[in-house]
Amino acid sequence: MAETRDAKHDQPLLVAEGLGKTYGRLAACRDISFALYAGEVLAIVGESGSGKSTLLQLLSAQLTPTAGRVSYRMRDGVLRDLASLGEAERRFLFRTDWGFVHQDPAQGLRMAVSAGANVGERLMAVGWNHYGRIRRTASSWLERVEIDTARIDDAPRTYSGGMRQRLQIARNLVTEPRLVFMDEPTGGLDVSVQARLLDLMRNLVSELGLAAIVVTHDLAVARLLSHRVMVMKGGQVIETGLTDQVLDDPHEPYTQLLVSSILPP
Amino acid sequence: MSTPMTAMIEIVNAEKTFTMHLQGGVRLPVVHGVSFQVNAGECIVLSGPSGAGKSSILKMMFGNYRCDGGRIGIRHDGALIDLAKAEPREILNVRRSTIGYVSQFLRAVPRVPTIDVVAEPLIATGSPRDKACEQAGQLLHRLNIPERLWALPPSTFSGGEQQRVNIAHGFISNHPILLLDEPTASLDAKNRDVVVGLIDEKKRAGVAMVAIVHDDEIRHLIADRIVDVTTFAAAA
Repeated sequence: MAETRDAKHDQPLLVAEGLGKTYGRLAACRDISFALYAGEVLAIVGESGSGKSTLLQLLSAQLTPTAGRVSYRMRDGVLRDLASLGEAERRFLFRTDWGFVHQDPAQGLRMAVSAGANVGERLMAVGWNHYGRIRRTASSWLERVEIDTARIDDAPRTYSGGMRQRLQIARNLVTEPRLVFMDEPTGGLDVSVQARLLDLMRNLVSELGLAAIVVTHDLAVARLLSHRVMVMKGGQVIETGLTDQVLDDPHEPYTQLLVSSILPP
Repeated sequence: MSTPMTAMIEIVNAEKTFTMHLQGGVRLPVVHGVSFQVNAGECIVLSGPSGAGKSSILKMMFGNYRCDGGRIGIRHDGALIDLAKAEPREILNVRRSTIGYVSQFLRAVPRVPTIDVVAEPLIATGSPRDKACEQAGQLLHRLNIPERLWALPPSTFSGGEQQRVNIAHGFISNHPILLLDEPTASLDAKNRDVVVGLIDEKKRAGVAMVAIVHDDEIRHLIADRIVDVTTFAAAA
């Protein structure tokens, strides 16, 4: 029994092979290869311009690579090249199996419709049609992300920044995705709000056994959320490993610079 | 009292050098030729002056520091795996079920109540929540953390209280290997005795331990063997 379990765990959920993206002569990402397993949280760190956001877009099929490929294990257990997917399969990924948390909640939410509808919309997209059930599920998700359910009929434009971000997370997780992409999820929030959000994300990720790829320039976010980290510079991965290993014993000059630039708490 | 000699840890020629790129690439050799073995039910104390590399060795054994050479053999799930070459996922598995680490300082997530911080390692290895919390309560009680504090996050506690929460967190699990970095540093005599008692119980349960302690009295009480770290001093 242990063998079958191990075999299952030994199959990566997402695989990047020799991934690259060039714009004319500019290489935004070069030769990136790694495997992500179920339940694993990978942080991609680096300064702006290091290529981390481009990489996230390549991994989540929002950009087409100019070299290499990204493969994803679909729910039937087959590893498929994202570039070979049909439109229906891509839609399935975006609507159900994947989540995408944007830095700016306005990009991931519909600001003018109610919070309940924001969460319920993802459920309707996968075929839910019982109003009462959708509302109950939306309401329980608002509770899980610590939003007062009395605010379910209010539009997110009336919410604070922290609440919007938590709503965006609820909207993403309601369909029980297996993989969530996050782009600077705590960027632009007050420090106290960040801590609450990080704590919440950490609990949700471990409770749901989610795999996640988190792009951040904040090493504290990487330390708190991720198991593994990839450090990017100039479009390339320059150092990778277990998060505490890379942050406590950085080898590359650039990683040492990043780590030494953190103000002590 | 003869237990079968099972080597839980086998370190062979491990070495560590820091290269400080921000200081012009200065190389700081820390240790080399680190070799020792720890059996089940045995507590090894690393000795040597501060700066000799005791903490670095402990961190290499936890996979926190990378190893520049040699082998860090750890018995995990019945087989010896080399932590110096293990994949991140393997190291995380080893930490989940085999190696516990009690550091001097508590690195707790904000907002999490003390009782949950302590119960977490048991829950992570599959214990039911209520049972884990019950055991956590017993340990906190033993370590003289009053029950009225259990619902509060440890970040609000005094240094000594935080360390005791940290000890409870480290000792609650059933890991067969425990690494102890100054577990009694800021404790009063009464709580030091509690920790010595806990270490004794772990020995009887067959746990292999490696400890750093500066207090001679405690060292005398817990050490089955002393490994002198100065013999691994790297030539500067």
